Amino acid sequence: MIKNIMIVGVGGQGTLLTSRIIGKTALAAGLEVKISEVHGMAQRGGSVVTFVRYGERVYEPVVEEGEADVIIAFERLEAQRYAHFLKKDGVLIVNDCRIDPMTVVIGAKQYPEGIIETLKKKHSVYVIDGMQIAKDLGNSKVLNSVVLGYAAKHIGFDKESWLETVKATVPPKTVDLNLKAFLEGYEGV
Amino acid sequence: MNETVIMLGNEAIARGAYEAGVKVSSAYPGTPSTEISENLAKYDAVYTEWAPNEKVALEVAIGASIAGARSLACMKHVGLNVASDPLYTFAYTGVGGGSVIVVADDPGLASSQNEQDTRMIARSAHIPVLEPSDSKEAKEFVKLAYEISEKYDTPVILRTTTKLAHSQSAVTLCDRVEVADKVYERNVSKYVMMPASAIGRHLVVEDRENRLSEDASALAINRVEMADTKIGFITSGIAYQYVKEVCPDASVLKLGMVNPLPKKLIEEFAKKVDTLYIFEELEPVIEEQVRALGISVKGKECFTKQGEYSANLLRRVLYGKDGATFERIDTPNRPPILCPGCPHRSVFSVLNKLKIHASGDIGCYTLGAVAPLGVIDTTVCMGAGISMLHGMEKAMGKDYIKNWVAVIGDSTFLHTGVNSLINLVYNKSTGTVIILDNRTTGMTGHQEHAATGKTLKGEDTYAIDLSVLCRSVGVPNVLVVDAFDVATLEKTVKESVSSDTLTVIIAKAPCALLKGQKFPNVCVCDTEKCKKCGMCLKIGCPALTKQADGTVKIDETMCNGCGLCMSYCKFGAISKVGR
Repeated sequence: MIKNIMIVGVGGQGTLLTSRIIGKTALAAGLEVKISEVHGMAQRGGSVVTFVRYGERVYEPVVEEGEADVIIAFERLEAQRYAHFLKKDGVLIVNDCRIDPMTVVIGAKQYPEGIIETLKKKHSVYVIDGMQIAKDLGNSKVLNSVVLGYAAKHIGFDKESWLETVKATVPPKTVDLNLKAFLEGYEGV
Repeated sequence: MNETVIMLGNEAIARGAYEAGVKVSSAYPGTPSTEISENLAKYDAVYTEWAPNEKVALEVAIGASIAGARSLACMKHVGLNVASDPLYTFAYTGVGGGSVIVVADDPGLASSQNEQDTRMIARSAHIPVLEPSDSKEAKEFVKLAYEISEKYDTPVILRTTTKLAHSQSAVTLCDRVEVADKVYERNVSKYVMMPASAIGRHLVVEDRENRLSEDASALAINRVEMADTKIGFITSGIAYQYVKEVCPDASVLKLGMVNPLPKKLIEEFAKKVDTLYIFEELEPVIEEQVRALGISVKGKECFTKQGEYSANLLRRVLYGKDGATFERIDTPNRPPILCPGCPHRSVFSVLNKLKIHASGDIGCYTLGAVAPLGVIDTTVCMGAGISMLHGMEKAMGKDYIKNWVAVIGDSTFLHTGVNSLINLVYNKSTGTVIILDNRTTGMTGHQEHAATGKTLKGEDTYAIDLSVLCRSVGVPNVLVVDAFDVATLEKTVKESVSSDTLTVIIAKAPCALLKGQKFPNVCVCDTEKCKKCGMCLKIGCPALTKQADGTVKIDETMCNGCGLCMSYCKFGAISKVGR
């Protein structure tokens, strides 16, 4: 069985680190892992998507339409943009945040209202206000760990394995705070 | 040792070069090739550098090779155009120590100006090309490339694509093997490519390619995976993974070497399958050569030349439908944009206000083409902005460019822009060139260059002073302005475009994403004072949003406190406060 995870967001939200932690956790479980990332121009505030696939034997590094078991969206509009990648029984984790794309800022497009409600009609959607939790922990930069902790329950692997890879992946000075943030997402919400 | 880790394709290439005993590597950053050099620089045993451009990088690698060491040059596909002058003749001289050129193609244009296919250039230069399909192969193919290079006395191209370069998969680490340097011997007929020598070397090149083509059929990386014979695929690189994903039971000829092709192996494989598909991204390079063998295939009539391939693309062609369950929801686009606190935005806001067109270049600042700033009119290649402005003036006269400037980044200026500037001096231009000096190579993720004072390895070095450089080539008017000083910038641009004196304006301010940048302030909008005029929104800063009542809100986590929005608010509604 291959598991397909997507992490979507806005360039600069730090989705790369999230996909690397998921990949390392799967690798530690003895599975074949492929991760696909976005670098270069697209990273500059654009819509960014990274993929993690793992299982016995994995060929392509990307998740395609109709294949995603879990999508972790760091922003609502990006959740809507990629929701059709979900499998029939796939799970959508949404960090409840709004970042207006330039098309909306300049008034050329409207930011859609009621995204979560619309998505809930078709998919299993779980919403978390990661930024509020991160701010309560004293650092908005641990948003990723909060959201990943929340998503981890839907991905699988045991808690200890997750904590091990978070510890091994985040910058050394931030280990304690990130572990706390991960656990807050994992258990607290 | 023999530890297994997950590595980016580019990281695996660097590891392969390290393990292969490479001694010298030179490169210019370019997506999707940049991380090769960044990772290689971590190994003390390998001398690794950023060169000002790809031509220089390849020439450094050629010199190291002729001196007897294994050498590497890395670049993106369009970088190979810049390096193609030495490339074509390097094929003639052959190598001393093994030499590999990594070239990263960008099908789908994740971060490029075209979708050219490196295999076409390699074919015309008669240089063998290896193409890996995951990180494990990336590492192993680099090592094999050095063996081929030395065995056949030829440079070898390792071709990657964006998906390979920026995907991670498992790699088993090996130790570095120190390779003895080849002993240099003066050999004019091999290394001095004047007509009398080159005429003989051309024959050597032809002979080498024939031998390689013969031997390719027995090369282990050209692999037949025989299974069901109703459908067969010839494929390579990342496209192989899509074939395996969709048709695990089909027969596959996986090509690890895509130039020259193993003709015998292809003919044998073609005989064994009923329908033969060629599944290759971009140009029909394999397809046309297979057709030339008189073999009937299905190729580009089924699969596009444009963009990246996918498993679903293959499913749609084979089965008439892909794997999607849900309909795509129509969603407003989110194109890339200049970051909050980006100094380019400040310069572009001035050009926009003055209704000045910009002959642009390659870098983050190309994003100045889109709304709401919309000042960049042209982008072709690195360095072109300056020379194209000159062409406009010579075609239409000096008055024509009174509302034009050329804009170029600091790294791009040193890449090839300086040559263009010399032409402006020499041929009496009256134009205005703005160097957007943000002290880094921004778009590719902050690489050092000849004006930053640091090498790729992080050592201190001489920092070229761009204003001194411009003056020394003879630019009569060189002005240095703080990129965020909107008033001075506006005055300076106005004066210089209206004058008949060639002017370079160096707009200085560091990239907002540069390491070590401190942002002690944020901007806030007082909604009581906000008159909802929307002037601040015209600068296109993503930290600013218009609220339901028309007033503006500034996101404190995104804002870097550059104060540009404040400069455009006539009502004093925006102020800077401590974070």
